[in-house]
Amino acid sequence: VCTSRFWFNYRHVANTLSVYRSVKRLGIPDSHIVLMLADDMACNPRNPKPATVFSHKNMELNVYGDDVEVDYRSYEVTVENFLRVLTGRIPPSTPRSKRLLSDDRSNILIYMTGHGGNGFLKFQDSEEITNVELADAFEQMWQKRRYNELLFIIDTCQGASMYERFYSPNIMALASSQVGEDSLSHQPDLGIGVHLMDRYTFYVLEFLEEIHPASQTNMNDLFQVCPKSLCVSTPGHRTDLFQRDPQNVLITDFFGSVRKVEITTETISLDPDLADFERKLPKDELATEPLRYAEQLPVAQIIHQKPKQKDWHPPGGFILGLWALIIMVFFKTYGIKHMKHIF
Amino acid sequence: ASAQFQLAVPVTVVFAPGSVPGDLPRPLPFRDVQETEIPVNLRTTVTTRYETIYRSTTAQEDAALEAATAREADAALHPLQDTSLGSLTMYVVPETSSLLPQGISVYVGKHRSALVRAGGGLAALRARLQQLTQVMSFTVSSITAALSDRVPDGQLGPDARRHLKSSLGYEITFSLLNPDPKSHAVDWDIEDAVNRYVQPVLDKLSLVANFSVDSQILYYAVLGVTPRFDKESSSFLLSAHSLPHVINPVEARLGSSAASLYPVLNFLLYVPERSHSPLYIQDKDGAPVSTNAFHSPRWGGIMVYNVEAPASPQASLPLHVDVDMVRVMEVFLAQLRLLFGLSREELPPEFLLESPGNDGLADWELDRLLWAHTVENIATVSTTLTSLAQLLDKIGNIVIKDDVASEVYRAVASAQRAVAELAVGHLHSAFQASKDAVTSSERAFFDPSLLHLLYFPDDQKFAIYIPLFLPMAVPILLSLAKIVRETRQRKKEPTKVD
Repeated sequence: VCTSRFWFNYRHVANTLSVYRSVKRLGIPDSHIVLMLADDMACNPRNPKPATVFSHKNMELNVYGDDVEVDYRSYEVTVENFLRVLTGRIPPSTPRSKRLLSDDRSNILIYMTGHGGNGFLKFQDSEEITNVELADAFEQMWQKRRYNELLFIIDTCQGASMYERFYSPNIMALASSQVGEDSLSHQPDLGIGVHLMDRYTFYVLEFLEEIHPASQTNMNDLFQVCPKSLCVSTPGHRTDLFQRDPQNVLITDFFGSVRKVEITTETISLDPDLADFERKLPKDELATEPLRYAEQLPVAQIIHQKPKQKDWHPPGGFILGLWALIIMVFFKTYGIKHMKHIF
Repeated sequence: ASAQFQLAVPVTVVFAPGSVPGDLPRPLPFRDVQETEIPVNLRTTVTTRYETIYRSTTAQEDAALEAATAREADAALHPLQDTSLGSLTMYVVPETSSLLPQGISVYVGKHRSALVRAGGGLAALRARLQQLTQVMSFTVSSITAALSDRVPDGQLGPDARRHLKSSLGYEITFSLLNPDPKSHAVDWDIEDAVNRYVQPVLDKLSLVANFSVDSQILYYAVLGVTPRFDKESSSFLLSAHSLPHVINPVEARLGSSAASLYPVLNFLLYVPERSHSPLYIQDKDGAPVSTNAFHSPRWGGIMVYNVEAPASPQASLPLHVDVDMVRVMEVFLAQLRLLFGLSREELPPEFLLESPGNDGLADWELDRLLWAHTVENIATVSTTLTSLAQLLDKIGNIVIKDDVASEVYRAVASAQRAVAELAVGHLHSAFQASKDAVTSSERAFFDPSLLHLLYFPDDQKFAIYIPLFLPMAVPILLSLAKIVRETRQRKKEPTKVD
């Protein structure tokens, strides 16, 4: 989830898209990813290289590519939609790609980036989500067993405050900075003119580039990413709610997708002759006239009609107010005795 | 939430002449009730109640048991039984009977009956009957797997959560993957195969859920793993530990159905490229798998279909391939059974199971599914409604719409009906009631209006309004105080007005 918009928050969109790319590379398909972005970077009038979002200076890597599927874009990224996705309380008309269809064996990775403060995260400069609401949403998910294990990564200023209030089991959380610290951005690109990435996410991505779907790296290595010397802020993590030891948790448990597989050793025997022939013969199709759309619009008339005469309306309030103002000013300046010259 | 389940199974044990053990406690016919408790966790207990009626055969049943083989006897006995869902009938035949082949002491038929060989006295017979009843209805492990949410984590086996969860519907997608259309022009008559082989199985399962089937053909879809070439067998091998990585690259191209929200079961048929043929799957010991297929719990299955090399190297490409749908469907339907948890492998060797044939699953296997799903549904309803009640406690001013309230009432009534029917042994009505309860409770819980974000906690309300109104209120309160003081003063000195 990228919670910022506007050109100067380029780095948040680049953060999110880079994590999205890594996760897809490690095997998670789009049908299992919900991506919420303001999506106003690639086609921003201020972007010197349109249709691209770069994550590294010297424009090495275009993370916006051809294969990005944004589920919630622009003004749809709101606290309400985010909480609805998490808890599942979505209006029935929402398509499948905008839903979180997880069950009790799903491991969920949540990555959020943007501007935050002590106990809140700002969504698109107009609203905010507090750590209490987030903790409650996770509890609602746990009650309905919508996750097996959950990894929460947040890259904002004072990010550690967002995971302080979690109380549901099986949650592990990582943040880029402690309460009272700011998360800093990595490097500006002089060609594009903004900072391209945040430090914490940059080093996390460097770490993830080493991971391939069969790797055995565990979570303790992820906790060591971006020490204070590189990151300036102190990354934090929280594992007390998690039942397994982080040593035994593979990175690919959350970032990739490795399924349990069983060899099929049983077969059933089918008798082709027994299969009922008569049952599913298509019914004799009656020859009917080809169906046509009913004539709904008199197209010929529409093409050839003359423009309709608009009815005359008396001038509206604005025009009247404007004229009243002009008249008042006139009489104020020149005195009321000039009125007889008008009438 | 606490839940007490009582599962009653009506069993009839019929003794053929010559099979009655000598040490029966009472003369036939008599009734016996056996109750055992399965503790699941501190607040959930399951009591199983086997209500057994012991009687001797009627003349018609005797005639039916005169048949030559067990299968014919079973077919003849079928119209004479109580065939309601959940009930079981067991016929005890004499020890020397030739109906059951040598070494087999139990024959389980396609419907809801079994033939048991007598012998060894009443205790041995009872033990065999109990084992048989558990096989045909539910075992401790199947019930605890259905209640896996409530079982403390350490007690569950590693694969307790691999069967499909109970859902109101499932989508089945058959996909043909052809990575090499230049060499193989693959034709599969999937529509005919679905109508002939898959539809009867789904019709039988239609009691459990709604099924919808679709199919697709994908070209240039490759596996994510490169198979190794094995010189000894001059074939390509996919080892067991590379199989988990096969699924993900393919899944991105499968496309999920945009319309329904039901779980999707994918069955993929992969025709390897000419350069990688023949391709075999190796199991953990290195032996090639006979079905050349593997499946992933709660996802679906993949089968590799090898095409023989053309007879002459100058044969014109692409080769036309007509897929043998019978072989393919045998594997896919077996995988479908395994995904639902109907496995026939963990049975003692003296049990002989009748193959269900084109039906896909026997009636008692359907019962097994229904028992597990009913228990799971009722447990889910109980958890959901309790969680909803906790949410309402937490946010005191949440608004419950009328339709949400009516769904909750309906869910509670259906769940109570389901529990009552389970206690009596009416599996069909219990399952229908549990399905209604789940539908209503899910609709109530996931109603979009219950978002806690919309209801501000009191401290947030104070935090917003006090800074606005307090400064405004200060002069107002002071003025009010002044007015009150003045009025009091005026009252005190009424005589000053002169």
